[in-house]
Amino acid sequence: MEQLINFLSSNMGMIYILILSVFLGIEVISHVPSVLHTPLMSGANAIHGVVIIGAIIVMGQAEPDNYLALTLGFLAVILGTLNVVGGFVVTDRMLELFKKKKK
Amino acid sequence: MENQILQIIYLIGSITFIIGLKRLSHPDTARRGNLIAAFGMTIAIAGTIFLYRNDSGESFSSTNIILIFVALLIGTILGVLGAKKVKMTAMPQMVSLFNGMGGACAAIISVIEYQHHFAVGEYGYMGTVLAGLLIGSISFSGSMIAFGKLNGNINDKTIPGQSIINLILMAALIGTGAYLTTLPEPNMMLLGVLTVGCLIYGVFFVMPIGGADMPVVISLLNSFTGVAAAFGGFIYNNQVMLTGGILVGSAGTILTILMCKAMNRSLLNVIVGSFGGGATGSASVGNAAMGTIKEISVTDAGVLLSYSKKVMIVPGYGLAVAQAQHVCHELETLLEEKGVEVKYAIHPVAGRMPGHMNVLLAEADVPYPKLLEMEDANNEFNSTDAVIVIGANDVVNPAAKKNPQSPIYGMPILEVDQAQNVIVMKRGMAAGYAGIENELFYEPKTRMLFGDAKATLQKLVAEVKAN
Repeated sequence: MEQLINFLSSNMGMIYILILSVFLGIEVISHVPSVLHTPLMSGANAIHGVVIIGAIIVMGQAEPDNYLALTLGFLAVILGTLNVVGGFVVTDRMLELFKKKKK
Repeated sequence: MENQILQIIYLIGSITFIIGLKRLSHPDTARRGNLIAAFGMTIAIAGTIFLYRNDSGESFSSTNIILIFVALLIGTILGVLGAKKVKMTAMPQMVSLFNGMGGACAAIISVIEYQHHFAVGEYGYMGTVLAGLLIGSISFSGSMIAFGKLNGNINDKTIPGQSIINLILMAALIGTGAYLTTLPEPNMMLLGVLTVGCLIYGVFFVMPIGGADMPVVISLLNSFTGVAAAFGGFIYNNQVMLTGGILVGSAGTILTILMCKAMNRSLLNVIVGSFGGGATGSASVGNAAMGTIKEISVTDAGVLLSYSKKVMIVPGYGLAVAQAQHVCHELETLLEEKGVEVKYAIHPVAGRMPGHMNVLLAEADVPYPKLLEMEDANNEFNSTDAVIVIGANDVVNPAAKKNPQSPIYGMPILEVDQAQNVIVMKRGMAAGYAGIENELFYEPKTRMLFGDAKATLQKLVAEVKAN
């Protein structure tokens, strides 16, 4: 119990961000017309690719002789990049179609 | 100094994510919004590589930076190739695939962090690492199964008592995770067992869920990965990961709930209900009593459409598979030239993802105002002379209104039977994705037009031209 309270109080700033972000996410999404559901899902998919930052930090700090961390980190960066780059490009391709091309 | 600049970059990154998501919710600003978010991601990645300093103020070693760039390059090439080459119809499974990559990334980070930072041994810290592992790996294997299902490689499978097995497995995984946080030293063996268990759970989680519910599952897994990324934010005390992850987590959950609402079902029902599996049992009921099927020739269909005042097109997955959106648009313009009013009735879950039909029809330059959402369309069917159902099935099944025994009972549908005539284009008499019979096909006013959607539409276009 004491540990839990310690954890909460030492991360108070982050927890505030967490709670506010939850409501922000709900607020931002709830006005989306169903036309845009697929691109929106795809765009959100690209944004959670931000997990790549963690992969870069792991990879960057890996000791030269820690092959496990190096290999896994390398793999994680590739996967994260796939998520980010693929996600944004696919979303852009979808949205390109929504442009009004007539005249 | 570097760290302070990096913090400011992260702040800008977080703001671009919020603005990006906000702009993605309006057709006019959506594309710009996506680019803004992509820009924020780019500076956050570049900033991390060059400005990150650990607690003792050291930057990354140059060897590691080179390795990071090699990995970034590989990922970028593969990502761009995959995203550019994929057909418009295969978009949903592509999103699922990329989502799985993000989940795997989160899981791997957790594995390394478990071993790396074990000395720290803070209570909440280890919990966050393991939660990231749990959610990330479930999201990964679940997304892969969803990908396989949408791609047609994997069929729905249910083992008896699946939902109970899933619950037990989930409890065991959480128990193992909790036990791991109490250990004084790393136990890689048990961590491996936990990871494999999570991967299996992801498979079990998605496997019994029927095809019709797949959009909901992808959206749910999308928000899972968001949460996993947010746990990463806690591990590294990194605000941009936290905001990005949680935004997607909450937005994805809302989107999931919106989709469930469109089908008039609760999320729990989708997850536990095993839609596709249970449906097959009742499919055979009353099959013979339904009556006879009447076909229509392309010529007759052409005449019927040419002399209608108002035609409503109901597109479904069949349109997407046959890549028939362009020829469909051609038919629509041709009829309009003849003075026929043509509109599209879009069911929120037609196709494999919400908005799937809108994306396809936009590709074929169909103007927005022609696309009616379900409620508006249902108000117009009784004044419609002819409805053309192109490769849609479950979303026009009257059993959803009439038959309480039907697995899709209660789902709002497009009430095409209100129209004067219904032409159903289908490849054959196979049941829809939910695996149930459709009474609509046996109604007196319904005529079937069998064949591939694209080929049939082309013939129909020629026929209408001749009239």
